[in-house]
Amino acid sequence: MFNLTNSLFRKLFNRPETLRYPFVKRELPEGTRGRIDIEIDKCTFCGACEKRCPANALKVCRDPKSWTLNPYACIICGYCIEVCPKKCIVAHKEHYSPNV
Amino acid sequence: MLENVSVISIDHIHEQVWLLKQDGYRFVTMTCCDEGEAHDVLYHFDKNYGLKHLRVKVPKNTALPSISGIYFAALLVENEMKDLLGVAVNGMLIDFQGHFILAEGAPKTPLNKSVPGIGIQIQEKTPAAAEGTVKS
Amino acid sequence: MNRRSTIPFGPQHPVLPEPIQLHLVMEDEKIIQALPAIGYIHRGLEKIAEKKDYVQDIYLAERICGICSFMHSQNYCQGIEELMKIQVPDRAKYLRVVWAEIHRIHSHLLILGLLADAFGFENLFMRLWKVREQVLNIMEKTTGNRIILGVCAIGGVKRDITPDLVEDILRELDSLEKQLPELCDTLLKDYSVKQRLVGVGVLPKDKAYELGAVGPVARASGVHMDLRERGYAAYGDLDFKITMEEAGDCYARTVVRVKELYTSLDLVRKALKRMPQGPISVPVKGSPPADEVLARIEQPRGELNFYIRGNGTRNLERFRVRTPTFANLPALLHQLTGCELADVPVIAICIDPCISCTER
Repeated sequence: MFNLTNSLFRKLFNRPETLRYPFVKRELPEGTRGRIDIEIDKCTFCGACEKRCPANALKVCRDPKSWTLNPYACIICGYCIEVCPKKCIVAHKEHYSPNV
Repeated sequence: MLENVSVISIDHIHEQVWLLKQDGYRFVTMTCCDEGEAHDVLYHFDKNYGLKHLRVKVPKNTALPSISGIYFAALLVENEMKDLLGVAVNGMLIDFQGHFILAEGAPKTPLNKSVPGIGIQIQEKTPAAAEGTVKS
Repeated sequence: MNRRSTIPFGPQHPVLPEPIQLHLVMEDEKIIQALPAIGYIHRGLEKIAEKKDYVQDIYLAERICGICSFMHSQNYCQGIEELMKIQVPDRAKYLRVVWAEIHRIHSHLLILGLLADAFGFENLFMRLWKVREQVLNIMEKTTGNRIILGVCAIGGVKRDITPDLVEDILRELDSLEKQLPELCDTLLKDYSVKQRLVGVGVLPKDKAYELGAVGPVARASGVHMDLRERGYAAYGDLDFKITMEEAGDCYARTVVRVKELYTSLDLVRKALKRMPQGPISVPVKGSPPADEVLARIEQPRGELNFYIRGNGTRNLERFRVRTPTFANLPALLHQLTGCELADVPVIAICIDPCISCTER
C-alpha cells in the first residue's frame, strides 16, 4: 500500500527539484529556436521571406530599404530561415523579451 | 488515390450502408466538399485496415437521409456537416439544430466557398502633417 | 416518486485540460443520459487551410493540437507525399519514427499524471510530470522546441541526429527507465487507486467496435486495432507487439497505456540502432494534382484521418481532419449512462480527451 515511501524519505532530505528562476537561469541547449534576427548587410531585399511567412509577420520594402518583423505575430516556425537565398536570417537561443 | 469508391444515388444510401454493417464494417467518418451547385459527400468505412468508400452527390437544398439509426456514431458528424456546410440532413436521432459547433451570432455555413473568411486587417495610421502651425 | 434534474459538467472543471460541456440528466445519484455541447475552441482551421499554400499548411497542421502535435504534421506530410508521388529516403523514415515514439511517451505520461490528479493523488501527478520533463529536454536538444517541433517537411525531415546526440538520448532514456517501475507500481497496484478504477466505465467488446472507438479505449476492450501494423514509415522493419486487455474498464485502459510506454522505449532504441546512413530529404517542386487521398496514422489517442484534395494550384481544395477523440465521444456517452456522479471525472479523463483536436 505504501509504495512511494522509499523515495519519499530520500527526497525529504535532498535539495528541491525546481530552479529558483529569477536568480538562477536555465541553461538552454544549442540549436534552440528562440528569437528571429537578420544580418542586414547580407540582405538583398528580395521579399521571399515576406511571401512565405504563414503568419504575415514580415515586411520588406525596397525603396527606402527596410526589413520589419512583428514579434507579436511571429510563430517561430523557421520557414523564413529555409527560404532565404542568402541565408542571412538566424534564430538565436533566447526568446523575445516582453519589452521589445 | 482512393480505391474501392462506389458512386450511388441518395435513394440507395440506407440499403448500401445496411449491407456494409451486416458485413462487419466499422464507421470511420464522412467528408463533404463544396462543388458549386452540389455537395460531394463521401462515406468512409473500414474493416481490418481495408477501406471502402461511398460517394453521393447532393444538390443544394436537397435533404440527405441520416444513417444514425444504423450507426450511432454518425450522429455527431452529421450535425457538424449541417452547421458548417449547410447540408440539410433529416431524421437524426439527436438534432442540435444548427448549434452543435457554432455559437449564436457566428457566420452561417462558413466552410462554403461563397462565404469569405473573416481575416484580420493590419491598420497603419500616421498623424496628419502639421502644415502651417507655428511653433512658439 | 423520483424527480429528474440536469447538471452541467464543465466547461470549467478542475479535471479537464480543455473545455467541454456535458449535460447530465440525473435521477437521485445515477445518470440516465448525457449530451455533449462542444464548440468552445472552434477556430475554423479548415477554412484557413484553404487560404494558405500547401507548404504553409504543415505549420498549420502542427498547431491543431498542443499535445499530439508531431503526429499531425507527420500525417499531413505523408498524405501530400502520397498525392504527389514522392519517395522519402530511408533515414528520414527512421528519424520520423524516433520523434513520433518520443512524442508518444510524453503524451502518455501527461494523461497518466492527469488521471492521478483526477482522484486527488497529487504527489503521483507531480512525479510523473517530472519524468516527462526529461522527455521534453530530449526533444529540445534534438529539434529546437519542446512540443511544437517544426521538424517534419514534405520529402523528409529538416534536422539530423548526430552520433553524440544519439549517446545523449540513450543515456536519458536509461535514467528515465529507472524511475518508471516505482511510479507504475503505485499506479497499478495501490489499494486506493484500484478502488477508484476497477469496474468503472465498462465498455464491452461488441459495443466498442460498433460505436467506432479507437486507440487505447478500443484495445482495452479486446478489439485488435493499431495502425502501426500497416507498416508506414519504417514500422514495417521494426517488430513490436501491440498490447490488449479484455476487461474494458478504466483500469484496463491504464494498464494498456503503461505497457505502451515500455513498447515505445523499446522502439526508440531499436530505431536508433538500425538507422541507415544517407540523405534526410528530397527536393520538392510543383503543386498537388487534382486528386484526393485519405491519410491515416496512429496517434497516442487512436486513429487520425486526414482527407486532402488538391486542385492543381498551390492552395488545397479541401482539408478535413477527423481526430480520435471525436470518434471516442459516442463511446463516452455510452459509458456515462448508469454510472454514479462521483465517477464522471474519472471516466471523462480516461478516454484521453483532447478537445482542441476535436473542434479544430
